Amino acid sequence: MSLPLDPLLFSIAAPLAVALAIALGLPKRWSVRLAYVGFGVPLLLALHVGWHFGAEPKVAGYAFLHTYSTGLQGLGIALKLGVNGIAMPLFVLAGVVGFAAGLYAIQSGAERLKVYLMLLLVMQAGLMGIFASVDVFFFYFFHELALIPTFIMVGVWGGRDRTYAAMKLTVYLTAGAMFSLLGLIAIYVKSGAHSFDLIALRSALAAQPLPLLVQKHLFGLLLLGFGILVSLWPFHTWAPLGYGAAPSSTAMLHAGVLKKFGLYGLIQLALPLLPSGAAPWSHGLALLAVFGNVLVIGLVTMAQRDLKQMVGYSSVMHMGFAFLGLATATTLGIGGVVFLMVAHGLSVSLLFMLSTCVHHRTRTFSLDEMGGLARKAPVLAGFFTAAIFASVGLPGFGNFWGELTIFVALWHYSPAIAALAACGIVISAIYGLRAAARVCFGEPTEAFARVAEQTPPADLSWTERLPAIVLLAALLVIGLWPKSIARPINAAFAEYPAAEERSS
Amino acid sequence: MDIAALQHIAATNVWGAIWPELSLGCLALALLALEIVLPRAAHRHIPAVAVLGQLVVLAGVLLDWHSPWLGRETFSGLLRHSSEGQAMRVLFLLSSIAVCLLGRLNLQKSAMPRVEFSHIVLVVAAAMMLLAQSCHFVMFFVALETVTVGFYILVSYCRTNPLTLEAGLKYLILGSLSSALLLFGIALLYGVSGNPLLSGHTPAGMHYSDLAAFLAANPHQWLAGLGIVLVLSGVAFKIGAFPFQIWIPDVYQGAPTPVTAFLAVGSKAAGFAALLGLVRYAFAPYTWLVIPVLSFMAAATILFGNLAALNQHNVKRLIGLSGVSHAGFLLLAVVSVGATSLAVGAIYFYLLAYLIASFAVFGVMAHLAGSDDTNQQLDHYAGLARRQPLLAGVLAVGLGSLAGIPPLAGFMGKFFVFVAAFQADHYGLLAVAIAGVVISIYYYFGWIKAAFFEAPAGPSEGASAVTVGWFSGVILVALALATVVLGFYQGPLGRWLTW
Repeated sequence: MSLPLDPLLFSIAAPLAVALAIALGLPKRWSVRLAYVGFGVPLLLALHVGWHFGAEPKVAGYAFLHTYSTGLQGLGIALKLGVNGIAMPLFVLAGVVGFAAGLYAIQSGAERLKVYLMLLLVMQAGLMGIFASVDVFFFYFFHELALIPTFIMVGVWGGRDRTYAAMKLTVYLTAGAMFSLLGLIAIYVKSGAHSFDLIALRSALAAQPLPLLVQKHLFGLLLLGFGILVSLWPFHTWAPLGYGAAPSSTAMLHAGVLKKFGLYGLIQLALPLLPSGAAPWSHGLALLAVFGNVLVIGLVTMAQRDLKQMVGYSSVMHMGFAFLGLATATTLGIGGVVFLMVAHGLSVSLLFMLSTCVHHRTRTFSLDEMGGLARKAPVLAGFFTAAIFASVGLPGFGNFWGELTIFVALWHYSPAIAALAACGIVISAIYGLRAAARVCFGEPTEAFARVAEQTPPADLSWTERLPAIVLLAALLVIGLWPKSIARPINAAFAEYPAAEERSS
Repeated sequence: MDIAALQHIAATNVWGAIWPELSLGCLALALLALEIVLPRAAHRHIPAVAVLGQLVVLAGVLLDWHSPWLGRETFSGLLRHSSEGQAMRVLFLLSSIAVCLLGRLNLQKSAMPRVEFSHIVLVVAAAMMLLAQSCHFVMFFVALETVTVGFYILVSYCRTNPLTLEAGLKYLILGSLSSALLLFGIALLYGVSGNPLLSGHTPAGMHYSDLAAFLAANPHQWLAGLGIVLVLSGVAFKIGAFPFQIWIPDVYQGAPTPVTAFLAVGSKAAGFAALLGLVRYAFAPYTWLVIPVLSFMAAATILFGNLAALNQHNVKRLIGLSGVSHAGFLLLAVVSVGATSLAVGAIYFYLLAYLIASFAVFGVMAHLAGSDDTNQQLDHYAGLARRQPLLAGVLAVGLGSLAGIPPLAGFMGKFFVFVAAFQADHYGLLAVAIAGVVISIYYYFGWIKAAFFEAPAGPSEGASAVTVGWFSGVILVALALATVVLGFYQGPLGRWLTW
């Protein structure tokens, strides 16, 4: 079945159009109603794209290709949209998480809700655009489009330390984005393809690869830039601070989807375009990831007494597994990373959302002052425990498959590093299960009992349940039916230049 | 001199080729005449006449874009017409129109005569246009001095304010110094190129192409090199490049806001148009000297501008220093001119984006200025988002564009410059530029933070009630929209730039 319109373009345009309508002064009641459309249309179109992806005709692995001119053909820039097997699962992820975050924001009753929804919609448009762009320039462009509202939302609607957090986030992420922009421009200039079109770049560089030294330096530059954006240790400090301060829908969209931009860039651009550039950095990256992200941050996560900080740090830690998968530079490892990106995106946004739900009931983020929530709000406790299980990597949820494939690849890469990384799994099980126990079970602490007396905690309302169900269902679908993601990823690797060379 | 030569010179005096400049000059005189003729009550309409007249000229330039004199030299080689010159004409007209509009807003508050202001702005704009199209040092110097003399008056326009007078004096003294450097450099070049002992000597050393031919014949003449460096120094003063940027914070702070805007945008664009002419045509054989000098200037300018702006609290000084860093980014494109055709397009796009964003910011500043507009602190912007959401929104778009944040036009400007610099292999400068961008985020963001994140200050001086007229509102929104649209859709403009 084919739609009479370009689903990719409309998934970007719909949220932008709604945001524009809100900016032009739509009344609040209509703004909220229209916001449902703005978040719903991308989800439906993303599901449509995901469902029909396999049957669509493909060019160089890309389906739904359309090109729109913006006047910069002279530089080889055009708005070229399309998804391949790596982009498709993430495109669907952006639609799902965006919908959930949007629903949660609409019911949150935030101050100046119209502006908040408008910024979230702009961010949503950027997220859809990132994974739908075949043009490298627009890939970067949409990332920034999604990033800028983040700064404003953290600064205006944020919690503790919001001004400092917004400033730090801005400086760190701008630096990361600038480094990656330089790397992308360098690839464009050095390739001699006179085009930012990824397909053209791939064929140009496959025909005539760059000199080894140039590849090495460019990959290093991209790794630095994208690494900052994905909170590679030691450039991670913005993440827990920023997520701690961000309003929950912003944290959901950023940690769940936007942060994956860096990994996606490395997988979709850096590895295929600079196939020999990765090898010199692989060991360093693996060591940084295993010692920095997995072990150090894992222990730091264990020491957190603040629920939101803990979730923030745990997302930094899980990025360590993703970097380890990248460092193996095998089809298996990278496929596992894509899988983990999707699963982690769903689970971390679910956790951020539920943490805020917990906070509304306990009036605190401190783990020491919680307990016994399961008796007062059993549904919330159930969802929370499930989200923790997913994030820990319990079989049945998507994260399990991602981590499993990464570990298999890692074992072939270096059994020692695989063993160290396995400690990380133990660590994450410890802090995850302890948090679930502290929050949901046991006797209510004095502090919580006092709060509960004043305002008896209600269970999860339906407006809160709906986004949680969407996210959890998606986690279960990919956990129980991994082929839904694995098949397109496999197909994409067939198009990956020199894939056999690396996997051997 | 024989009659044939005179006839030849007369034949090249094509007055029709410079009709935009002529009509601006006539319009300027007509404004003064109107003030004499019209009754006093009608005087308040004269600035509107100035704006309308400029709009007509602008429309004319756009209609006459493919003028028959393009690619030809007129006035016996004083001027050279090109489509780039047309682009600069449009740019200068846009900025002079915006300055006149700002003046309408701002001079009311300080009760200063407005007709003379429009008059001088028009004359300066005409001189800038001639400067951008000059290909002869005589034309170059005369046009540049006309611009500078006009600014001497404009900077100290609010003559009752001591800070403004101080700024005017500083600008006068340093401006004359730079003119002296420039003149000395020109004299040296003219003298050396006319030296009969040197090969390829020419009596027409003032003309760019003759000078270039002489320089090509003497690739390592040290006196010529000295002359080039002196001329570049004189131009560096106009664009506010390191180490000739010292005057900028004081003069920008002291000058009335519309004049600051004109200095920041018009004067800088004129300086770059002149510099492009010199680097591409006159000094082309001396790239071995010009590139290192300008590269050093670019790196130092970017670093100085951004680092000095970091702890500024006076917004006019802040915008001045940020303007210094923009001059650095533009210089980065200038040093890439020889290596890639994109660089020139990058400069024009950057200037256009800078113009639009700057006038958006200056428009907001003019609204917020009290009776004393030299003293505008970041604190005065606290809580602007609640007091005046429209102004806050325009300010955020303008500052975001200046900071080079996508999807705004300023990002595209920086992007083009970076691509051009990459194509010219200026990796070290790129590293400096990236550092500059990251530093600049801090102070632009600080300003946005004040406007959006901080609670409104109490009813203190300077933070009083701000009202926006519908006309200014429309202009500001148009500027903001243009910034956003140019950020992702360049259309025919993009095709022209990347040709």
